[in-house]
Amino acid sequence: MTAVTSTTRLRVNPIACKAHGVCIEMLPELIGRDPWGYPVVSEQPVPDRLLALAKRTVEACPTLALLLTDSTTGRR
Amino acid sequence: MKQANSTRWDPEAARQYGAGSGSGADAAASQATGSDRRLLGGPADLAGHLRWHGPLPDHDGATILDTVERSGLTGRGGAAFPTGRKMRAVADASRARRSARQRGTVLVANGCEGEPASAKDRTLLTRAPHLVLDGITAAALAVGAERVHLCLHEDDDAIIRAVQRALDERQSARVPTADVQITRAPARYVASEETSLIQLIDGGPALPRFTPPRPFERGVDGRPTLVDNVETLAHIALIARHGHAWFRATGTPNAPGTALVTVTGAVSRPGVYEIALGITGAELLATAGGTTQPVQAVLAGGYFGAWLPEQRFHSARITAPDLLAAGAAMGAGIFVALPGESCALAETARVARYLAEQSAGQCGPCINGLPALAQALEALAARGDRRAPEYIKNLTPYVAGRGACRHPDGATRLIASALAVFAADVRTHLHRGPCAGARRAPILPLPAATVGAY
Repeated sequence: MTAVTSTTRLRVNPIACKAHGVCIEMLPELIGRDPWGYPVVSEQPVPDRLLALAKRTVEACPTLALLLTDSTTGRR
Repeated sequence: MKQANSTRWDPEAARQYGAGSGSGADAAASQATGSDRRLLGGPADLAGHLRWHGPLPDHDGATILDTVERSGLTGRGGAAFPTGRKMRAVADASRARRSARQRGTVLVANGCEGEPASAKDRTLLTRAPHLVLDGITAAALAVGAERVHLCLHEDDDAIIRAVQRALDERQSARVPTADVQITRAPARYVASEETSLIQLIDGGPALPRFTPPRPFERGVDGRPTLVDNVETLAHIALIARHGHAWFRATGTPNAPGTALVTVTGAVSRPGVYEIALGITGAELLATAGGTTQPVQAVLAGGYFGAWLPEQRFHSARITAPDLLAAGAAMGAGIFVALPGESCALAETARVARYLAEQSAGQCGPCINGLPALAQALEALAARGDRRAPEYIKNLTPYVAGRGACRHPDGATRLIASALAVFAADVRTHLHRGPCAGARRAPILPLPAATVGAY
């Protein structure tokens, strides 16, 4: 079992996303690829052990389309 | 009979759908008798409107908001969200902003009828523009709106003229009215989405925007914005006059009031009707004069809705929660009765192609997914393509819920419902090729080909 204490989730802004695929390469644990190369992100909270990597992945998106949101506040 | 005193015949909408005009006179004779306080009951001109409905009472904003909340009114644009709750959020923000010396909130009245099978907003705006303007005025007061926009399709001169005439009448007669700016929106499907209208008003393209923030948090000019359908606002005009108990006296406890619906397809008198929410599907079809031939299914909720087999539709209650439970939707009150001889797969494929073409073209899954789904459905309807059902089933999860707006969700729901409800037709097409119905004239209305940018 993976420890999950956060309520942080990944979200894609589908308007900004241009399917560069960086996130799919960096975080395959939580991000899959759809038939056209766009990311399909897990709807589960990001496990603690992946939080740091998730943050780096968000920063690496060339179009700033990947977001971390806190579902309890709706903030991002 | 519940529907007998709640119906309205609308020859204009009927003509739009190519119905015979001969039934207009007797239909008019059977129209609303027991009700004088409903949306389509009164005259269109100001004097007649005031005679029929009386003036808008001089309530303060808090009273209007409280009455709307208690009335249980839900949005009539398609989402059926509780109107009072949305208004409360904007009103609260308005108070907070005023004490922080920030500029006031914004009200956007959505009169852009994007659904091709709907004519109810157009009917309301041309037949009862003063009710809409009363509702706008009351809602603007309730949420402390400083700016008010009424969004209308730019190519619909009749509506723009009717509203302008009504505004002029009110000005000459000094009838208290919010300072309404008419905003002309392109007649594209996704342009009437609420975030599209906000971007348009802010000087951008009429395209959906990524949410959150929702408009009631940050809308026009970054201010909290109430976006309501024009029918919803017209109900507010009546609720402000007659109170929440009056509103709840018709309809059901969880779907109170009346609603405007557009009934087309294989019915004797297609058109726009005002119904008490909670009547059955059978009563709804009877309201439109009954069916003209055997009907296999009814599309409930328009192109964001779903097919229901005829028997299931007959017993379904016409409310948003009941239709949702039945697997369809109330949407903007659109119902199309599909004749037994029509090919449901070909009909749905045609609409699926239209919806694919209406994508705003902003989000990858919608850009790529909708044409792929439409093509597969076309191949199934036209050639009995064996791979199509499986392909559609596998592709749908990659399209539904993956756009910035709900356009792909609606399209996928419609396609999925066609495959489920018409499963026997799918088998026939796979084994024997296209049916004879595929060559019949289409029933589901689509606008003439629209070309142009946003």
